[in-house]
Amino acid sequence: MTTLAIRNGHLIDPAAGVDAPKDIFIKDGRVAEIASPGKLKLANGAPVLDASGLTVAPGLVDIHVHLREPGQGYKETIATGTAAAAAGGFTAVAAMPNTTPVNDSVEITRWMQAPERGALVRVFPIAAATRGSKGEALTDYAALKSAGAVAVTDDGRPILKDGIMRESLAAAARVGLTVIQHAEDTRLTQFANGAASMNLGPVSFRLGLRGMPAEAESGLVERDIRLVTELRELHPHLHVAHTSTAAAVAAVRQARRNGLRVTCEVTPHHFLLTEEHVGLYNTHAKMNPPLRSAADRDAMIEALLDGVVDAIATDHAPHAMHEKEIEFDLAPNGITGLETALGLSLRWLHKEWRMPLGRIMSLLSAQPAALLGIKGRGTLAVGSFGDVVLFDPKAEWTYRATESLSKAKNTPFDGWAMLGKVHYTIAEGRIAYAIANRQ
Amino acid sequence: MATTPIAARRKLTTPPPPSSPFPYHPGSLLSVMDLTVPAVSHLLQRATALEHQDPVVRDRILLKRRIALLFYESSTRTRTSFELASKALGADTTLVSNLSSSIEKGESLKDTGLTLRALGAEAIILRHNSSGAAWLLEEATRLPVINAGDGMHEHPTQALLDLRTILAHLRPGVTEVGPETLSGVTVTIAGDILHSRVARSNMLLLPRLGARVLLCGPKELLPEMAAKSSPGIEIERDFESAIRQSQAIMMLRIQAERLAGLQLDLEEYKAAYQLTGQRLASQAPTAIVMHPGPIIRGLEITAGVADGPQSTILEQVTNGVAIRMAVVERALTTAEGGRQ
Repeated sequence: MTTLAIRNGHLIDPAAGVDAPKDIFIKDGRVAEIASPGKLKLANGAPVLDASGLTVAPGLVDIHVHLREPGQGYKETIATGTAAAAAGGFTAVAAMPNTTPVNDSVEITRWMQAPERGALVRVFPIAAATRGSKGEALTDYAALKSAGAVAVTDDGRPILKDGIMRESLAAAARVGLTVIQHAEDTRLTQFANGAASMNLGPVSFRLGLRGMPAEAESGLVERDIRLVTELRELHPHLHVAHTSTAAAVAAVRQARRNGLRVTCEVTPHHFLLTEEHVGLYNTHAKMNPPLRSAADRDAMIEALLDGVVDAIATDHAPHAMHEKEIEFDLAPNGITGLETALGLSLRWLHKEWRMPLGRIMSLLSAQPAALLGIKGRGTLAVGSFGDVVLFDPKAEWTYRATESLSKAKNTPFDGWAMLGKVHYTIAEGRIAYAIANRQ
Repeated sequence: MATTPIAARRKLTTPPPPSSPFPYHPGSLLSVMDLTVPAVSHLLQRATALEHQDPVVRDRILLKRRIALLFYESSTRTRTSFELASKALGADTTLVSNLSSSIEKGESLKDTGLTLRALGAEAIILRHNSSGAAWLLEEATRLPVINAGDGMHEHPTQALLDLRTILAHLRPGVTEVGPETLSGVTVTIAGDILHSRVARSNMLLLPRLGARVLLCGPKELLPEMAAKSSPGIEIERDFESAIRQSQAIMMLRIQAERLAGLQLDLEEYKAAYQLTGQRLASQAPTAIVMHPGPIIRGLEITAGVADGPQSTILEQVTNGVAIRMAVVERALTTAEGGRQ
């Protein structure tokens, strides 16, 4: 029997409606008891964490990360990616299937969850929606779900064909899986050839870069919602990944009013940064979807504050240094995000824009877990997994990319002020990260 | 956009855009925006002074200094004039082109730049097909970098030599320029604005000297947002109306394959935008006709106009050598720490 007691902390568990000083007792990886301060009865010598001055909350859940394994271990491994996750307070991450090869099989889905990968926190694979993510033939959703996949997507290679997307939504609905769409109608580039490398607008014109219009996102979201409407008898669940445009969020809001099961996530970079942050060809500001206009960014803030957004997700997309130190139009998309999501959310959403702490914790844990049907996480109710984050909510600190536990350092937030410092991350009762262990 | 700017409404503070660390080296010329108006004026004066200087004396200014020309795209005018300009000041130049170097073997721009620096290059003149490449090279090498054209983005020395050409015709005798020097002058830039680094550098430079810039072209090659990139820029889709208002007409090369890719009909394009002798005589009989080259005779411009009395095309080429002498001199004689 392994146990861990957490004492003297302030528990915030929005799903359980708790916001009070509480002690927690974890036994064999599960929450065994929540008690008033000082009321836990502990055996002599039982391990105890002193959480004085710390906020104790359900471990964070990120439903959008790229762990790069199998196949791209030079960018990140499941071990290093989950170490960064733990450092950021995350105890569960859902890993996208754009690996090499693409995770479109039971074998890869199982391989990713094997103990040999050395994951420090729980990894939930998201499987490819179509074979090889080629957008042609569906994968075996029932088998993938049994193997542990929590959703299907062709993230990064959106399903453009109406017929295939309809089939995917229907097949996923039958087995109770979510379809996640990276909404980008890649047919809408302004140029005859060549991929876009930033948002289409005055800034892309000024920089001489190929731009992707906002309509490429909103148009595909609207198409997908139309398909969900047509299939409403089956109750399909569409989740829109990393929404970045006002029009896409407006479409999701309307779909919800119409009673459809359509959810969405927003990344910290899309609620904080704009296309102006590309500056003079900073490849750490190149991602897909791209940083948008100030009006779009403001719409993301509004959508978070008014509750349309269901989750904050990072789209953690590690790349090797040399891959980003090249010409902007040739550089790969994506930035890391696991270690900065909490600090940025608290610094801006909470301190600056006054979102209550409980709502932020919910957007980072309970809601994303519920959205993908991940049971026993995102809350610390008795019987849940012992997934806990302990952080000092008042600590102001500066993020340094060089100190990242991820293999990758590609972040636009290097040197940014953060609020809230993670002291411990506990995954199923084991300490996955402790601030004291940093060199 | 369906949404009102909520941040403004709720008075939300948002993170400020980053401040730019560029240029790292004060001798670099990456964008025309790196130059203040007095710095532009100084460069123009140096161009004239160097042009008239005794070659034997001029030869000592950069005697045996090492300049690398790094060219990822083919070029006649820009490459040759940078080379002649550098040599006129006594510098040693070496040309590295993507077709005859380790770039073909996959060496990155960063590594190529570091290699050139290790070989003793004191400045690098870069022509590259990716927008922003000059910034990457400068960050990697911290050498003075001269942008000789980056993708669709900028071609600052072209804008400077175009300015010199405009001044010679429209403000003869002026030796010092300021924010009002080109007041009352309208310049039309016509053609494929979207893909043109020449257009971008000119539209960022000329309005700062008081000129009014009219952009002209079909919407596929000239999106509305172009007018928002800087003050003093307007869009005039009607070519004849644009040139009627202009004292200088800058024609840009049209690539026929680009028109095809955008499903623009070549004949229709010519009917609307080709600069013909008839159009010029009826709408702008005294305007100067400029073109950065290479020209495609019979496409954006007729042979008669290109060779005609209003054409300054070859004069622009000649001005290129003078301007580039001044820019190369600036690159190698501006000490770090002091900016012009």
